[in-house]
Amino acid sequence: MKAKAAVERIMGSVFFVCGMVTIVAVLGITAYLIISGIPAIREIGLVDFLFGQVWQSTASEPLFGIMPFILTSVYGTLGACLIGVPVGLMTAVFLAKVASPKVAAVVNTAVELLAGIPSVVYGLIGMIVLVPAVMRFFQLKNGTSLFAAIIVLAVMILPSIISVARTALVSVPGEYEEASFALGATKMETIFRVSIPAAKSGIAAGIVLGIGRAIGEAMAVMMVAGNVANMPELFKSVSFLTTAITKEMAYAPTGSLRQQALFSIALVLYVFIMLINTILNAFLKRREKP
Amino acid sequence: MSIIVSAKDLNLYYGAFQALIDVCLDIPEKEITALIGPSGCGKSTFLKTLNRMNDLIPGVKITGELTYHGENIYNGGLDVTVLRKNIGMVFQKPNPFPMSIYDNIAYGPRLHGKLKKAALDDLVERSLKGAVLWDEVKDRLKKSAMGLSGGQQQRLCIARALSVEPDVLLMDEPTSALDPASTAKIEDLMSELKKNYTVVIVTHNMQQAARISDRTAFFLVGVLVEVGQTNDVFSIPRDKRTEDYISGRFG
Repeated sequence: MKAKAAVERIMGSVFFVCGMVTIVAVLGITAYLIISGIPAIREIGLVDFLFGQVWQSTASEPLFGIMPFILTSVYGTLGACLIGVPVGLMTAVFLAKVASPKVAAVVNTAVELLAGIPSVVYGLIGMIVLVPAVMRFFQLKNGTSLFAAIIVLAVMILPSIISVARTALVSVPGEYEEASFALGATKMETIFRVSIPAAKSGIAAGIVLGIGRAIGEAMAVMMVAGNVANMPELFKSVSFLTTAITKEMAYAPTGSLRQQALFSIALVLYVFIMLINTILNAFLKRREKP
Repeated sequence: MSIIVSAKDLNLYYGAFQALIDVCLDIPEKEITALIGPSGCGKSTFLKTLNRMNDLIPGVKITGELTYHGENIYNGGLDVTVLRKNIGMVFQKPNPFPMSIYDNIAYGPRLHGKLKKAALDDLVERSLKGAVLWDEVKDRLKKSAMGLSGGQQQRLCIARALSVEPDVLLMDEPTSALDPASTAKIEDLMSELKKNYTVVIVTHNMQQAARISDRTAFFLVGVLVEVGQTNDVFSIPRDKRTEDYISGRFG
């Protein structure tokens, strides 16, 4: 009996410790980002840092304005949503309401595979296929651009949007749709006027998840965006918040303002992700309530 | 009285299973026809052939003739959406849309044509009054329909069915999910409704059929055993099986 009770107690603490690992990691990262991100912002000034339009970290009189990165990340994400959301939503509707079970199974497998492809592979294909294609099609000197990044991100966020939206659409009670049919609605009218509105918080959650994925993506974007700290334009090389960090980190001397500024960028990115997560949680909570 | 819906030798198959066998039934206008019988007897299946809701189930095959105002319902050229607008339906479980009360009622009319706001407001009010719900909800039309009680939700569903101005109303055990007080309200409402609509109601509850219906049809394993004036069916059933069922010997 005593041995059993001891095992119970020990296992209880094992679970507790495992649970704590996550908390410690999150708190640790947060604390570290704040501590290491604040000094550069103090030195540069919050306004100059956030709203400065020039990033010249290696000039003799360096400038650390991250507006180009912020705007590029925002535009890139919005652009990816502009393409990815309609395509993803329509795919989800197709899977949940239109496709025969056999076809749905095939498409579903493809969606799952798409979700499993490592981002470096997206980047590689973007670099080798998409960037030259963009260059030729739009007759640019250089195909690495915000546009190419948007296309890659749009494809990358498809799986999140599709799978969350599909689940939401599948769980719309059949009675709603029956009621709509019984009033003389066609299948498409029913989908657009009843099923999609009834699933809207789930669909929104999928979109927010996609936004989070897009704004946090570094590798694939790095390989197609050109990584120049330009203010964003569709066919210019640009640098995202994520790629600004990855590109320069290896070259920034330890303890330099340049390195500290990169930590500050990470802090800004972290705040963005936190905001997105808060929004996501709000949607998920709303979904639980009828 | 005139016959509005008429079935002749109607057979329905779910794959290999035959759910309706040679059903012949005339439904007179502006009366309440009750379909009774034990579970799985085909009464709900018959009800759903009238507005072709069975179309949604794969593997359904129908033979024989079913007419509405003389036109064959299963004629290939018939527009199902128009049929369903004319033959409305109320389901077993109240199923309001997760939208406002107003939007629930306005849903059908919006499908079938553009109305000016004033006309739509008027139609919503008329439909809700028709289902004796107006006084209870007139101050919260913009609130979600999900906040109504079960009985109110079911009357909302009736109002929603009325909003597209049907002439036949199908009711599939409309009170089986409701408490006695709400049931009584819906039953009162039904006797109001038959002034303007033809009502076909499936019910498990024989007292209900006896209370509210003008005619009763008794189904058993896919066969229409007996149909007649409700009083006759309940007091002097012609068929032994009907007698056994209504006297509670089975079902």
